[in-house]
Amino acid sequence: MSLQQSAFIILTLISFGFFGFTIFRLAKIFRLTKKEFRFDKIGERTVTTLLVAFGQSKMMKRPLAGILHAFVWWGFLVITIGSVEMMMDGITGNKKSLSFLGPFYSFVTASSDIFALLIIISCIIFLCRRYFTKPKRFIAPEMKPSSRTDATFILSLILILMVTLIGMNTAYVTSDSNDYSGSFPVSFYFTPALSSLGPEQITTLEKTNWWIHITIIYFFLNFLPYSKHFHVIASVPNVFFTRLEPYAKLNTMESVTHEVKLMLNPSEQSADTPPPQRFGVKDIEDVTWKTMLDAYTCTECGRCTAVCPANITGKLLSPRKLFIDLRRRAKDKAPGIIKSGSNFSDGKSLIGSDYITEEELWACTTCMACIEECPVDIDHVPFIVDMRRNLVMEESKVPSGLAVMFSNIENNGAPWAFSREDRFNWASEIYYGNK
Amino acid sequence: MEINRDKITVPTMAEMAAKGEMPDILFWVGCAGSFDERAQKITRAFVKILYRAGIKYAVLGTEESCTGDPAKRAGNEFLFQMQAFMNIQTLNNYGIKKIVTACPHCFNTLKNEYPDLGGKYEVMHHTQLLQQLLDEGKIKVEGGKFSGKKITFHDPCYLGRGNGVYEAPRSVIEKLDSELSEMKRSRQRGFCCGAGGAQMFKDAEPGNKEVNVERTEEALALKPDVIATGCPFCMTMMTDGVKHFDKEAEVKVQDVAELIANALDL
Repeated sequence: MSLQQSAFIILTLISFGFFGFTIFRLAKIFRLTKKEFRFDKIGERTVTTLLVAFGQSKMMKRPLAGILHAFVWWGFLVITIGSVEMMMDGITGNKKSLSFLGPFYSFVTASSDIFALLIIISCIIFLCRRYFTKPKRFIAPEMKPSSRTDATFILSLILILMVTLIGMNTAYVTSDSNDYSGSFPVSFYFTPALSSLGPEQITTLEKTNWWIHITIIYFFLNFLPYSKHFHVIASVPNVFFTRLEPYAKLNTMESVTHEVKLMLNPSEQSADTPPPQRFGVKDIEDVTWKTMLDAYTCTECGRCTAVCPANITGKLLSPRKLFIDLRRRAKDKAPGIIKSGSNFSDGKSLIGSDYITEEELWACTTCMACIEECPVDIDHVPFIVDMRRNLVMEESKVPSGLAVMFSNIENNGAPWAFSREDRFNWASEIYYGNK
Repeated sequence: MEINRDKITVPTMAEMAAKGEMPDILFWVGCAGSFDERAQKITRAFVKILYRAGIKYAVLGTEESCTGDPAKRAGNEFLFQMQAFMNIQTLNNYGIKKIVTACPHCFNTLKNEYPDLGGKYEVMHHTQLLQQLLDEGKIKVEGGKFSGKKITFHDPCYLGRGNGVYEAPRSVIEKLDSELSEMKRSRQRGFCCGAGGAQMFKDAEPGNKEVNVERTEEALALKPDVIATGCPFCMTMMTDGVKHFDKEAEVKVQDVAELIANALDL
């Protein structure tokens, strides 16, 4: 075993080891959340995933960003096959371990090569957008400077990854010009640039690019979970487990059904189910795993906020912020619960001045534009209503107009102060042919 | 057409049940359609169309109660379920199978949220029934009155995005032989009127503009003769918006049912 091989095996073990550790820690956070059944309708879920996640259907609503992003994503998918091959090569000491695949190999290498160029173009445009054209949705109170730094850093890493990939391929094609496996239409174009180099220099160039490329991949893998770009990993499952019902359907709270049935029919006093500890969502332990996955999937693109009627008309609500806050709250609170148990408290909660305020929650019109727009199927409105449920049913914190509306419904069966008896008065004078 | 001035008596379920009859469809009027003066006009227009089409329908009258939609969206699941159980009991006692409503919020609640609590019905929005009646030839409109008029349709969130009904209201409007002009934000990207999620019943949070003003501004930019909608709450918001811009004289806000009733000279 060569020294390079040993070094690579150690690097691989460290990378996957640390990645495993990160996922283990994340799993602990998800274990704090509530259950929810999302494993039905596997066929429909698969089709949705193919369309929305792999087909990028919701991204295409903004065609320019959509197609550029699709290049990066589809490119990532094919180039990953090449990355697996690089790992195989690195461990075994072979060269081009997958070349036995024949025509399919040529297809994969050729499309990776072309996508590498498309990704370089896309990333340059994305960087220009961040720094020069600055779309409105990238500028908001919840968009801290770190968000842009994070984006710039990731885009730069991807750029280096693609440049080294093309560099490596160009050197490979040049060195084995008569007998190379696969097909590299873009890299082949650059071979004249290396014509003045000797064979050893070309081999060194190939090796150097190989090492830089694979090291960045390992770094990337381990950096993702700590950045908003975790969506690379989370968005496919998040789309797969999306809610397949009409957007406007809100869930039925079974704990409430139980109590309402008792109220309507007190003779059914076989109540052995204890009342739930909490109504709605107040803090991270109250959300379902799917809502938490939504938070970890959000990459802060701001399409939701850009279409939110409350946000557009200057209200405090920004749907994007809710999920940034949930993730931040999980990061702040989960370690405490994991360490000291479920009674852990830091005197704060998800709803509160440090995270999501009541004013934000009450500004939502539940119009569902955010859900419609989200390219990775994040479900904002049920999350908002879940927090309202906590405010109303546990904290009795209700805007005055809504308190009046509640009592009107209770007393008159209508949200306004009209008498039940008058409900049918509209029908008293209807003349056919008389407007 | 000869003008017929018959008085329409709206049949209630209680009367029908007493006679041992069953309607083909129950018209769920909703709170706005029952109490709000402007929305009552939509209710009456729709009843006239049902009468003209010869549909055997009934209403619950004073037995109807709020579906609980605004309570649920405002976070009061208790109140929602109390209302839901009462209404489901009433509907199931009468053996109701099919419901039509002119309110997208009632539509959504009855269709999507009552089944979990034991209320399973076939539920239609009134624009869907109107489309069906027109397609089946049970009512026929001649476009004369509206020809050359420009109509824009404002998608109610709970009909459109919430339940995927975009084409029914448009296909009805197209029968009027008028120009259907779309706002930039329409269908899936329709912009809210500002009333949903119980906003109708509370003051707006501090901001720099009212949602309905933003939306009406967009509609008025098309210089339409009519802003059409299919929701009594959108009706309120858009009407207020038109007043805000002092355009009541030029632009009417009308429900799709009113447009059809108007075209039918009802």
